[in-house]
Amino acid sequence: MGMLQSLRVMLGAAPARPTACTLAAQAMHDAKRQVKGAERAREIKAAHAAHKTNKWRNIRWATLIVVNLLFVVSYRFDVQLVEGALTASRVVGFHFADLNSALQVMLAYKTVLINLVIGTATVLVLWWLLGGRTFCSWVCPYHLLAEIAEKIHLVLVKRRLAMDFPLHRGTRTVLYVVFAGLAVVTGYTVFEAISPTGIVSRALIYGPGLALIWVAGLLVYEILFIRRMWCRYICPIGLTYGFVGAVSPVRVTYSLENCLHEGDCRKVCLVPHVLDCTKKSYAEDMRVAIGPDCTRCGLCVDACPTGSLRFEVKGLEKLL
Amino acid sequence: MSKTRRQVLRSMAMGASIVGAALLGFFPVLKQWTKRLRPPGAIDEREFLAACIKCGQCVQVCPVKAIRLGDIDEGFGVGTPFIPARAQACDFSCDALQCILACPTGALSHKPSKKEEVAMGVARLDRPEACLARQGKGFQGQARGAAHAGLHRYAEIDRWKAIPVADHPYDLEICDLCVRECPIKDAIALVPLSADPADRRRTPVVAEACVGCGMCEMICPAEPAAIVVDIRRQWRTG
Repeated sequence: MGMLQSLRVMLGAAPARPTACTLAAQAMHDAKRQVKGAERAREIKAAHAAHKTNKWRNIRWATLIVVNLLFVVSYRFDVQLVEGALTASRVVGFHFADLNSALQVMLAYKTVLINLVIGTATVLVLWWLLGGRTFCSWVCPYHLLAEIAEKIHLVLVKRRLAMDFPLHRGTRTVLYVVFAGLAVVTGYTVFEAISPTGIVSRALIYGPGLALIWVAGLLVYEILFIRRMWCRYICPIGLTYGFVGAVSPVRVTYSLENCLHEGDCRKVCLVPHVLDCTKKSYAEDMRVAIGPDCTRCGLCVDACPTGSLRFEVKGLEKLL
Repeated sequence: MSKTRRQVLRSMAMGASIVGAALLGFFPVLKQWTKRLRPPGAIDEREFLAACIKCGQCVQVCPVKAIRLGDIDEGFGVGTPFIPARAQACDFSCDALQCILACPTGALSHKPSKKEEVAMGVARLDRPEACLARQGKGFQGQARGAAHAGLHRYAEIDRWKAIPVADHPYDLEICDLCVRECPIKDAIALVPLSADPADRRRTPVVAEACVGCGMCEMICPAEPAAIVVDIRRQWRTG
């Protein structure tokens, strides 16, 4: 999938089956068609299930909790490592500004101070290096709450106590434009009033408030009706970071060779459309870099029974 | 109805609900349900709400913890800083307008370089009948009682550290707390009510130097305070 096509998919287009692929990939697709490997596949899956770890999830959750605790501890114990909240902060004195919050402020206020430029540029470089939506799954505190809500949702769905009514993924793109437009037209940072990321981050640092009722309401709605509603279909922060990470060196890479095409990765993925290449005969090449909407959460890396999905730092192998 | 059609309609409904929920934030702002005393340097209220990135860095640097953040009932004001002067006023303990220096977006303008240049509002004797000085009364004990959590820096006790107001009882022949604890020179004075030297009655008179920090409002022992800050009022506009 080309860059433009993967951006289009991020904005809401349905991923299409590629019309052409490399010779090597074609040969592999043909070879896979010949092999009747159901028995072997079962063995591989059983072996993986026996040794399955949640390595990346655990590392990620630990990171997310530590990052958010750094904010809390810095304030509560006056350590001054990370001052502020996720919307804007100073990390050992250096300005950091959340890209989406900064964008909202710039659009609404229509004046840009040098500190904000510095903070925005720093964060831009940071998340470009680390993979854009990595912010979502590795830092955003709402993501963790929503992940827990998702687990409850899946249990309820299994017991037929809840149902998933998925939305169109283009919703997020429309809302992105609407919220940007509202900031310009009204002169207020409209989205910030309901951003669960900002609300939860401030609640952790400065103490809880009524705003948490809104967040709780969102979570209940996600549990009962729409799996991962906010992160999948609404949050403009995710889209902002998606653009930033589109050309990031850190990413998850798919390797066609050993893949069983059984879709365990897509079942755990927040944004399964990015894993379309893992469907049988969909891969365009022997190796495919996963698209910009990927949050680099690593759930698919943990779930893959054949190690066909891995984290990769572009260019690092050449350096080493 | 086809599955896709239903999905699109559902998405539109949800998108509209989310935007609607966000726009509810307009009401508290337009109706000015809660008028807030903003920290030093705060620009015009409308622009302030736009410029503030809701990070609370100003909260973190304040030595007397005077700055709190708005909740969701303030609509677009959620996460924006204000000073609940009666509970905890700004007494410029930081000397350097730390909140202004901490602000990353200019919502707190860097224009004021010293406390005298701040313009948060202007103090006004709201309930003259409650003012102790106007009754010629003195004041003994803790200005706001033992339970009050407010902090204030008493230069004569510790030049660098604010202490609880409750730890600093007074014994005054004529109550002059609002004048005594005002951090701004010549912002407020106690003036005799009559030319008669035997008349002990005095009244606080606010002068143009007042910046509206709210220290007088916090320290006033009358309940509710006899003197309050008119939020964002400028001296010249009266």
